[in-house]
Amino acid sequence: MTIMVTLNDRLGDSFSLQAAFEVPSAGVTALLGPSGSGKTSVLRAMAGLDRIAGQIIFNGEVWQGNGIFVPPERRRTGYVFQGVGLLPHLSVAENLDYAERRAPPGPLVRATVIDRAGIASLLDRQPSRLSGGEAQRASIARALLGQPRLLLMDEPLSALDSDARADLLGWLGQLLGQIDIPVFYVTHDRTEAARLATHTLHIRDGRIAP
Amino acid sequence: MGLVLATTAELALVTTLLLILIATPLAWWLARSGAWWKEIVGALTALPLVLPPTVIGFYVLIALGPESPLMAVLQPFGVRTLAFTFTGLVIGSLFYSLPFAIQPLRTAFEAIGDRPLEIAATMGARPLDRFVTVALPLSRRGFFSAAILVFAHTVGEFGVVLMIGGNIPGKTEVLSTRIYQLVESLQFGEAHRIAAMLVGFAFAALLALLLIDRKVGTPRP
Repeated sequence: MTIMVTLNDRLGDSFSLQAAFEVPSAGVTALLGPSGSGKTSVLRAMAGLDRIAGQIIFNGEVWQGNGIFVPPERRRTGYVFQGVGLLPHLSVAENLDYAERRAPPGPLVRATVIDRAGIASLLDRQPSRLSGGEAQRASIARALLGQPRLLLMDEPLSALDSDARADLLGWLGQLLGQIDIPVFYVTHDRTEAARLATHTLHIRDGRIAP
Repeated sequence: MGLVLATTAELALVTTLLLILIATPLAWWLARSGAWWKEIVGALTALPLVLPPTVIGFYVLIALGPESPLMAVLQPFGVRTLAFTFTGLVIGSLFYSLPFAIQPLRTAFEAIGDRPLEIAATMGARPLDRFVTVALPLSRRGFFSAAILVFAHTVGEFGVVLMIGGNIPGKTEVLSTRIYQLVESLQFGEAHRIAAMLVGFAFAALLALLLIDRKVGTPRP
């Protein structure tokens, strides 16, 4: 079972994305590259949030290519955004409800996810009243309760200060080891990649380094 | 006086309800579409803002008159003309107040940004689901503003009503045209009462608008 991605598109006047790779759909794949290298574009294309010319095949299922484009709501990826990834008008608990109500039955149990994310005391809070680290843990819990087939994470630690980042990195390493979902982890930080990833792809100027 | 007040309130209420229904999808499209020609549509919907109301009234009158192609279509249903009817007045008001529904809704929709809708999409919410459960609650301030503005603006409508209404008591006579009649027949006492009432109403509407803007703040991340 693999994830096959071939993207080939001009994204700006001077930037073209020409990324092709195939990775096993298991474990944590880090997509490592400097800012502006096109790593978020790859992730957004995989989620179906942006329509970038190319082909994406997940475990033999065509998500994009040959005239097919599966919209994001039918790909069932969990997406953790850079910055706040919660619906701003709903409390943390309501955000989790939102994900659960639209998710098929799956292996991830609400109580366990809340416990592992350490957000039991935050459930009644509005997203605007969470610290950066709290918001990110709640966002990850929200993404997991959607019972995703693939977890996509866009620099989930980059908006945090260094203490919170070190904290969350340890926690994330544990969490990703416990769930049986393939993870794509975008980062510009080598330490994060080394700490979390089972394979690493290097991206630079829109191209995957061999 | 009671009859005129009722006609005015009914016209404003019907116009508000219909216009919210019409303007919501239009404003949503204007806020989110990437089509190059969307600002042409945007400008068209804003036209009533700068056109003399008599011009709007004139065109609507022609369109609702017995000679118009529109009425030819409706002829089999027993409708020969809608000029000088309450329905005609509602149609005129829809055009007249359209920008006052579009602008606040479009601004509110644009302020949502892509992020909340993308979050919902990755959680499995389809487009209509996203609109109802994310866009609507995040833009409710825009809906309050649109409703108040359309209602108040329709109450203040004069030129359009004069052109297509014909000022028929109980059907198409509203407060603004009543004042005009009263002044023409030199009944200043009654004109004063209605004028003062409209000033009070306009002030209350604008005050409500400002208070809602402060109270119903959209939660921001």
